[in-house]
Amino acid sequence: MTGTLILAEASASLPVLTVLVVLPAAGAALLAVMPRTRPDLFKPAAVAVSAANGAVAVWMMADFATGADAARFQYVERYDWLASLGASWHLGVDGISLFLVVLTALMFPLTIAGIDAEHSPKPYYAWLLVLEAGCLGVFCALDLFAFFVFFEIVLVPMYFLISRWGHGRRNYAATKFFLFTMFGSALMLVAVIALALLHARASGSAVTFDLVEIATAQAVAPTTARWIFLAFALAFAVKVPLFPVHTWLPDAHTNAPTAGSVILAGVMLKLGAYGLVRFGLYLFPEASVHFAPLLLTLGAVGIVYGAVVAAMQRDLKRLVAYSSVAHLGFIVLGTFAINTEGISGGLLQMVNHGVSTGALFLLVGMIYERRHTYVIADLGGLQKSAPRLAAVFTVVMLSSVGLPGLNGFVGEFLVLLGAFVAHRWWAVVAAVGVVLAAVYLLWAYQRVFHGPASGANAEMADLGWREMLLMAPFLAAIVFMGVYPKPVIDRMEPAVDALIAHIDASVDRFDEPVAGDRP
Amino acid sequence: MADSVWLIPAFPLAGFAVLIIDRRRRARRWSGWLASGAMAGAFAASVAVFADLLGRPAEDRRVTTSLFEWVPVGDLQVDAGFLADPLSVTMALFVTGVGLLIHLYSIGYMAGDERFQTYFAYLNLFAFSMLVLVLGDNLLVTFAGWEGVGACSYLLISFWFGDEANAVAGKKAFVTNRVGDWGFMVAIFVAFAATGSVAYLDLFEAAGDLPAVTATAVALLLFVAAAGKSAQFPLQLWLPDAMAGPTPVSALIHAATMVTAGVYLLVRVNPVLDAAADWAPGLIAWVGAATALLAALAAVAQNDIKKVLAYSTISQLGYMVLAAGTGAYVAAVFHMVTHAFFKALLFLGAGSVIHAMGGDQDMRGYGGLAKLMPVTASTFAVGWLAIAGVPPFSGFWSKDEILAYAFDRHPALWAVGFATAVITAFYMSRLVFMTFFGSSRWGSDRHPHESPPVMTAPLVVLAGAALVSGGLNLPFAGSLHFLGHWLEPSLFGHEAHLGLGAGAQWLLGLIAVAGAVAGIGAASAFYRNGRADPALVERPVLARAFGYDSAVARFAGGPGRRGFEGVAAFDSAVVDGAVDGAGRLVQAGGERLRRFQSGFVRSYAAIVGVGAVALLFWFLTRSSL
Repeated sequence: MTGTLILAEASASLPVLTVLVVLPAAGAALLAVMPRTRPDLFKPAAVAVSAANGAVAVWMMADFATGADAARFQYVERYDWLASLGASWHLGVDGISLFLVVLTALMFPLTIAGIDAEHSPKPYYAWLLVLEAGCLGVFCALDLFAFFVFFEIVLVPMYFLISRWGHGRRNYAATKFFLFTMFGSALMLVAVIALALLHARASGSAVTFDLVEIATAQAVAPTTARWIFLAFALAFAVKVPLFPVHTWLPDAHTNAPTAGSVILAGVMLKLGAYGLVRFGLYLFPEASVHFAPLLLTLGAVGIVYGAVVAAMQRDLKRLVAYSSVAHLGFIVLGTFAINTEGISGGLLQMVNHGVSTGALFLLVGMIYERRHTYVIADLGGLQKSAPRLAAVFTVVMLSSVGLPGLNGFVGEFLVLLGAFVAHRWWAVVAAVGVVLAAVYLLWAYQRVFHGPASGANAEMADLGWREMLLMAPFLAAIVFMGVYPKPVIDRMEPAVDALIAHIDASVDRFDEPVAGDRP
Repeated sequence: MADSVWLIPAFPLAGFAVLIIDRRRRARRWSGWLASGAMAGAFAASVAVFADLLGRPAEDRRVTTSLFEWVPVGDLQVDAGFLADPLSVTMALFVTGVGLLIHLYSIGYMAGDERFQTYFAYLNLFAFSMLVLVLGDNLLVTFAGWEGVGACSYLLISFWFGDEANAVAGKKAFVTNRVGDWGFMVAIFVAFAATGSVAYLDLFEAAGDLPAVTATAVALLLFVAAAGKSAQFPLQLWLPDAMAGPTPVSALIHAATMVTAGVYLLVRVNPVLDAAADWAPGLIAWVGAATALLAALAAVAQNDIKKVLAYSTISQLGYMVLAAGTGAYVAAVFHMVTHAFFKALLFLGAGSVIHAMGGDQDMRGYGGLAKLMPVTASTFAVGWLAIAGVPPFSGFWSKDEILAYAFDRHPALWAVGFATAVITAFYMSRLVFMTFFGSSRWGSDRHPHESPPVMTAPLVVLAGAALVSGGLNLPFAGSLHFLGHWLEPSLFGHEAHLGLGAGAQWLLGLIAVAGAVAGIGAASAFYRNGRADPALVERPVLARAFGYDSAVARFAGGPGRRGFEGVAAFDSAVVDGAVDGAGRLVQAGGERLRRFQSGFVRSYAAIVGVGAVALLFWFLTRSSL
């Protein structure tokens, strides 16, 4: 093993990350072998497993070394795995991935506990647990091969969740989702193999898929690296999704069951965004800087475009889905500003969007449960019959709109600030998205909750205590992250600074101007 | 005490927290008093901070405190920090003082409303946000308060959400304000990119060395923000609609406090305005003057009592913006304070009338109410004379000071301001005559009555303030410029120098008084003696406020909406259509391959797989390594 020298020493003897990845998978296996005669046990088992995983993640967050150590990978594990291929079971988290791991590990137990399976509980919860394992694997993997495997695994459970438990055109949506992302994955597979082989050829070492080793060496010629970067970027762009490859998202969201939408928005959209940081900026610093204007443009277009299209939706769930296109545009904008403010803002926004949009989908699901429709025109005056639901919706909406004091603002502001420092006009245009967010969300709120209520809308039941309990952690996170994001920033920023130093060093080597220096 | 300035917003925040958490029936009854108590605490804390600052030498009247680090990322280090200086404490004093009175008044006005407690929770949250806005020591904290008051304004305008119109008005206010917020955000970006900080004191220190183009950009972008919040052209259109909220809300948020935030911001960043190119403050002054005149004209033809006061507020805010643009920062703050008193008084008085008339807001159904509502009528008269510019009432002094600086800058600015003053006296007298004088025009089913003491007591206090607050800054001798001397440390010597001699000032003052008398006299001819036909002045074009609002609405509902729909159609037909088209193409190909494999998912997979291998081959062979 040659690449280990630049790694931080594994800080814990306990294989925390392996536990995080394997535990849900084991839970899924357990569910699979549980007797069909005890359907009442499926959900408690799934809740217990995912909650235990959440506890592990929270412990890890508390234990995570701050300061300069936050820049390094912690809880690193590395075992031989398919050694003949050059792949290894190499896991680790740094400040960039830490909160995505925590978000994932908390989002799943809340979703599983909060929403009952409409039918076939056994495979439903099992698929959710497989999904959790895959997502956590993506955020923890430090080996390209392992990353690719996890990235692919994620597709399968989501495909089934949409096609079996979804509504409406669920088969169309599931197939579209699967094919779209598989197209990206195929590109990425090619890129992964090509990168490993070319790296081995250029550095004269054995074939390896080790992310840290390849990223540190930067051995592949820059022109080739640019092409491979594009393949990665396209794969991630589909997953993000970035304009113009976003159209699978509204269909997937609209037709997915509530849990699917929550996980899709809360966790899965971050797979692509995270990929752009870890396997874009880190792996291909020079190419990232080179293509930054392209990605910034797509991000800025996505912000405005997603908001405009969202405003015109007649279906509440589709509206929220398009709002994700706009929000993810912010994340890409910040990432490719390539400065501390922008990247940190993008990372914060990943977590914030997960919390806020996840909560929005939960609320939309609660309305659907009561009214069996997502059509905005069929709703109205709900604040009269369901004041608690309206109150929670208002807070989440204002968070999504980016109201200061709530979580959405900090990330969005940092993204725009970072983008402005790097490329001012993109930020000026993107800031229009802040106005448009108010347009589509407040207009939707007005049509759904305000005005006179009649018929079933006037009779609709308000949130029960169990639903309030489910929403409470979301509200707490929304307020906490808005008022006091420092604990998160403190753990994030050293890693971001290290990433920027890595980019600067690599770009200097190729004697190209840094993104920020361009007009 | 100035170190504990955070206590001021902490009181209403605590009030909000209690009101939102404790939803028991018993708590509901006391919620109005609890919220008012929180405001009293905030007012007391403001007075204590004021006394502390007063006890210090002028150069030490600037105390920053930081509670915690809010957004510390990279070069951006923003604290949740407060700045207690003469300007911010002046704002805090009248926000909490007037706020307390309006809280008390609301106990009577909102009695019986089923969301009584929620109303007071929102009111406390508003006060908290407003205090954060004025006390913040950096642009970002001010922005947080700025957006917070906007959100509370939205919640309170659409408070009676069962009526669609109220909901639409709330949304319109928020969205229009957001356009201004765009300017605020970009201003912060420019300021940060140029100076590396968003803290006021850093910004002020750097302002003198900023390139004029940068300072101009920041100044104008902040003016966009101010135009949104302070309802200046072209963003004024939300304020008349905002009257859909409960009347005490109109008094507090849409007259006395929130809408002055834009003016406050312009005064706050006076070093930036000073560093900007000359035409920028000139533009601000002209926009203020034009807004003042046009809104006053619109007020002449309104029949809804609250709409008259709403256009009046836009007009008076125009005066303040005019003052800020001419560098008459003291005059701007002076008028802000007197206006807070007399306009809150007028709105609460109007609320008392509306209350008495069973919710009717149309003045054509009023008349002769003075006899039945003596306290409301007499206090309202004080507010009327104050806004009309009759000495010795407060409005005369503050408006006169603005007009003097306007004249000094350009006689045309003064002329517009003077014309506005005459029209103001006219439309306010029209309102008073139509409401309180003459014979009653209401039906026998109405039984107007004086409001309860909890509503009239605040009127009396505000009337007292509207009467005497002109004494804050009297023009006769330098030693009587109390407000001017007090604000000096916040203005860094950027206050414009008034070049007019005492004689010229006396003359302008006399002309102003003559104008006010003429305005009142003319209104009397139209609306008391019936010597002239009101239709002569109540032109439809004025009633529609020159058709600006409806033109914007037509655009938004017409071409604007069609544009949005076009993008949405493009998304489903072209962007998604391409995907579905590609899908069908592959599916068609798949049909032919059916001999080998069934199901089109697999044929996609096959094509993707073949493509992948080809691409891999290409990558590996084209590499020069």
